[in-house]
Amino acid sequence: MDIRKVKKLIELLEASDIAEIEIKEGEESVRISRGSSSVQPQAVTYQMPQAAAPAPAAAPAAGASTPSATPAASANAVKSPMVGTFYSSPSPSSPPFVEVGKHVKAGDVICIVEAMKMMNQIEADHAGIVEAILVNDGEPVEFDQPLIVIA
Amino acid sequence: MLKKVLIANRGEIALRVLRACKQLGIKTVAVHSTADKDLMHVRLADESVCIGPPSPTESYLNIPSIISAMEVTEADAVHPGYGFLSENADFAEQVENSGFTFIGPTAETIRMMGDKVSAIKVMIEAGVPTVPGSNGPLDNDDARTLQIARDIGYPVIIKAAAGGGGRGMRVVYDEADLLSSIHVTQTEAQSFFGSGICYLEKYLENPRHVEIQVLGDGQGNAIHLGDRDCSLQRRHQKVIEEAPAPGIPDPIRAEVAATCIRACEQIKYRGAGTLEFLYQDERFYFIEMNTRVQVEHPVTEQVSGVDIVREQLLIAGGSPLSYKQSDIVIKGHSFECRINAEDPATFLPSPGKVTMFHAPGGNGVRVDSHLYSGYTVPPFYDSLIAKVICSADTREEALKRMEIALEEMLIDGISSNIALHKDLARDNEFKKGGVNIHYLEKKLKL
Repeated sequence: MDIRKVKKLIELLEASDIAEIEIKEGEESVRISRGSSSVQPQAVTYQMPQAAAPAPAAAPAAGASTPSATPAASANAVKSPMVGTFYSSPSPSSPPFVEVGKHVKAGDVICIVEAMKMMNQIEADHAGIVEAILVNDGEPVEFDQPLIVIA
Repeated sequence: MLKKVLIANRGEIALRVLRACKQLGIKTVAVHSTADKDLMHVRLADESVCIGPPSPTESYLNIPSIISAMEVTEADAVHPGYGFLSENADFAEQVENSGFTFIGPTAETIRMMGDKVSAIKVMIEAGVPTVPGSNGPLDNDDARTLQIARDIGYPVIIKAAAGGGGRGMRVVYDEADLLSSIHVTQTEAQSFFGSGICYLEKYLENPRHVEIQVLGDGQGNAIHLGDRDCSLQRRHQKVIEEAPAPGIPDPIRAEVAATCIRACEQIKYRGAGTLEFLYQDERFYFIEMNTRVQVEHPVTEQVSGVDIVREQLLIAGGSPLSYKQSDIVIKGHSFECRINAEDPATFLPSPGKVTMFHAPGGNGVRVDSHLYSGYTVPPFYDSLIAKVICSADTREEALKRMEIALEEMLIDGISSNIALHKDLARDNEFKKGGVNIHYLEKKLKL
């Protein structure tokens, strides 16, 4: 894998609250995570209160928090229009809708968010190349959560 | 015992529910709109899920979104708070059909009490005193309608069966205006509430608003936690509430409370509820039942020692009631002031950033609020930002305590109605106790 791509991914990760990114490109894959190597729910951290403001950081369950991506990445990220479960393929046995590097047109289906037994197809809102898939298959997502970055 | 509760609300009540869950060791899921990601309870919850954009319809009223959030977080139950979906029978039904627990009564009970005509029927059967009225919907038979009104005696009030909370009502003083007023009210009701069914009641000219808090286990057992007086209102919105209601002879209090219990036992009421009455000339008249926890529940908690939200969670988890009626002793007196983010002159909402928040404290002072310094009150929701609850052994001391607490309270950066509350805490008529529901509006007009 191109070292420049890996560097860009590290920058993406560092500039956001994302805990981990995994990218597969053909046979190669790279996983970059913050801190520990496995995805653990983070311990609750308490910041010192400012004046009278309590500001504990809540512990997000894996996948159920909103990672706030960098401005550039958010502008290019397709966000979830609903709460549900993210699926990268039309069915467990099918290949994923998109992979990193794939070229998509506006309107192409890029993933599914399932809610209450209904599969909702999520479409690309603009054309471009898939730069990152920010959610793992089968993970819960919330409203407005960035799902897939299309450069 | 419930393991994980999703809190389908926002602001101070969401924080209240979160605290009660924590006390019981129940895990919490905070759902919120994009505008509410900095809410205090969202930061404190074990998990949070953004369920939609700021608009209530697309977030806090969005049933599929909330149920979906329950699925992905594997919550057992949902606490709906007050307002929003708390008295939406369809929501309660869908929650239960999806295999989750709705913390509150059954959908059937919610529907029964949501329809004011059927609620009154239930109460009459249980012996709860009701307002003399048509005791049923009005029909097209004008002669019948006119006769009913004559039997009740003018003035009468036309009410929409699907209304409630002060909406969908019209007073008629003269027989000549009755039929046309009914037609107007029916048309309005059809467009606001989806049903044009109306009924008639005697209009009481100087009533107080007195309500009774109940808890039912859903198995036919129920207790009451005393009464509250919520007569200080502006445009049907309560401003100050107190417990117990002052100046009501104890036998009369006890008698009506007993009928409330009978009603709850008969319908196997589950959870917390409140029966609202008009009180005039030492008589109680039932108007409606609220099948949810109410904003003013803290004053009852202070004088009864019962944690109402805790009881809701326990009941929903299948526990029996924690108390027998004989365990309940009402001690002392408590007031609650509803602090709103609003312009003191126009009463229009005043959203914005709270640059400095300082809550009062000390013995007998409780503040239920989601505010913190630096928090921004969003413009999309109601303006309630804090409840100041002051208690003491006597009514006089409790009101004095409130006056002092309001002096200590600071909310900088936005407008609030603290000044109005200070004025009311010093008001001579209010100090005497027993003002009626028209008092505040009369006072504000002067």
